[in-house]
Amino acid sequence: MKEEMINIQDPILQLKDVSISYSPGKNAVKNIYADIAKNKITAIMGPSGCGKSTLLRAINRMHELYPDIKIMGEILLDGKNILKMNPMEVRRMAGMVFQRPNPFPTMSIFDNVIAGYKLNGISLSKSEKEEIVERCLTNVGLWNEVKDSLYKKGTFLSGGQQQRLCIARALALKPDVLLMDEPTSALDPIATNRIEELLLDLKQEFTIVIVTHNMSQAARISDYSMFMYLGELVEYDTTQTMFTNPKDKRTNEYLSGQFG
Amino acid sequence: MNNLTYRTFKDKLFFYLICTLASLTVVPLFAIIWELIQKGYKQINWSFFTETAPSTLDAMLARSTGDIIPGGIANGILGTLLMVIIAAIIAIPTGILVGIHLSEHPKTKFSNITRFITDLIQGSPSIVIGIIAYTWVVKPLGSYSAFAGSVSLAIMMLPLIVRSTEETLKMLPGSLKEAGLALGASYTSVVLKILLPSAFGGLFTGILLAISRVMGETAPLMLTALGSTAINWDVLEPSSAVPLLIWEFYNDPNLIDMIWSSSLFLLLLVLTLNLIAKRIARKWKIQ
Ligand SMILES: Nc1ncnc2c1ncn2[C@@H]1O[C@H](COP(=O)(O)OP(=O)(O)O)[C@@H](O)[C@H]1O
Ligand SMILES: [Mg+2]
Repeated sequence: MKEEMINIQDPILQLKDVSISYSPGKNAVKNIYADIAKNKITAIMGPSGCGKSTLLRAINRMHELYPDIKIMGEILLDGKNILKMNPMEVRRMAGMVFQRPNPFPTMSIFDNVIAGYKLNGISLSKSEKEEIVERCLTNVGLWNEVKDSLYKKGTFLSGGQQQRLCIARALALKPDVLLMDEPTSALDPIATNRIEELLLDLKQEFTIVIVTHNMSQAARISDYSMFMYLGELVEYDTTQTMFTNPKDKRTNEYLSGQFG
Repeated sequence: MNNLTYRTFKDKLFFYLICTLASLTVVPLFAIIWELIQKGYKQINWSFFTETAPSTLDAMLARSTGDIIPGGIANGILGTLLMVIIAAIIAIPTGILVGIHLSEHPKTKFSNITRFITDLIQGSPSIVIGIIAYTWVVKPLGSYSAFAGSVSLAIMMLPLIVRSTEETLKMLPGSLKEAGLALGASYTSVVLKILLPSAFGGLFTGILLAISRVMGETAPLMLTALGSTAINWDVLEPSSAVPLLIWEFYNDPNLIDMIWSSSLFLLLLVLTLNLIAKRIARKWKIQ
């Protein structure tokens, strides 16, 4: 498995022989090669514990939170190796949405959207702020629901609304890629549905990499799919091929519900 | 059957026992407050807050004519306020920084030692803290002073603030920190702009409790602030404080009536601070 399993034209993100270990001698992610297509949705599937989150979090350097972690290989974003860049810069280029909605509890909806600017000490004029807030909330389909309560706390929203607020917060920094780690697993089916529709709209502007353990979700929204098992990238193909004609026995077993 | 009635009886007995014991603790509490109000309210008027403590002679004259004792405790109130404010200025930032360190790096050797020392300070008798402040501040500066008093109070406040900061920050979900970092924020700005504001309720409660805890301290002030009969704004001079005045009143038979009003005042002040702290704690409780 030395080479990419699928040829992607003009990739925005390239993983070259990426291995990640939390403790010496034990790799949670093993020798992954993959190119990720621009303005597409790429889903990462696999049973729990197979290394999906670990891989995703490497792409925006969230690993720095764990002291002993080691990443080997190269991760190129727009051709630049992010493992050699300043992590703060990387995180602005690769936005992240987490499993549980986590709006900042002390900030209003308005401030949550522009939190990335506030936290980075970037000052904006009042009209710039209003423009960003309206554009991003419109992007996530939340504008009409909250435009009259922009100065209320974000934590008063429903779970699905909170998650869309978190997506808006990530979009506000105009990231090159949007990384999502099971963003709908804490939401009800209706809220999940809304987010899926939203992602299909967002890929006009952004590249999305989404971890999901929900196969039908991957089938519904993604253009490309990866299947990981025990830290390895077992199969990577267009979603259509993966679901209709999987090449690896393990992918087939997973997709037919035999484990995971 | 018999067994059942016996058990019901036992339950009832236990219940009444608890009620009795509970009221045994509540009764003296109310008795104290009642006594303070009854004996102290007469003295609490405008001059109580604006005038300095009366001299023995004035008090004796007033007593002989059956008047209330003239004068007030303004020197004590000002001293207490000054010393508590300076103590807070020293202890709050220090305590919060140490608390942040303990919650962010809980397992380092430094943190373990710090935690041990905070426990030690918290468990120390306040007179010992007074002796420490005496050797650290009074001796080098060559005189008793309000500042020395502040240092002793600050040392007493520190462990409370450190611990409440640590505990509150630990209760915040890790996802908050992640969310901040994922937006490209520096670690410092995540702590200052996200974690601390989210922990505000807990921090504020801790601070108020620490303040109300040291407000009534007497022993350490005897060795540091000493006391003063005049209103004194100079923090390098000896200063009075409400609890110090109470102690002085106690030692002077002519001034004994002032004990009740001063104690009532101190009690109400501490009680109010406590109640506010509780309210804030409830209102800002982390969801
Ligand atoms: N913080 C951590 N420290 C040590 N090991 C971890 C940590 N997080 C995850 N792991 C291990 O790494 C492997 C992959 O975990 P993860 O990436 O969370 O899987 P997934 O997201 O696919 O469920 C698992 O075996 C897990 O036990
Ligand atoms: Mg995961």
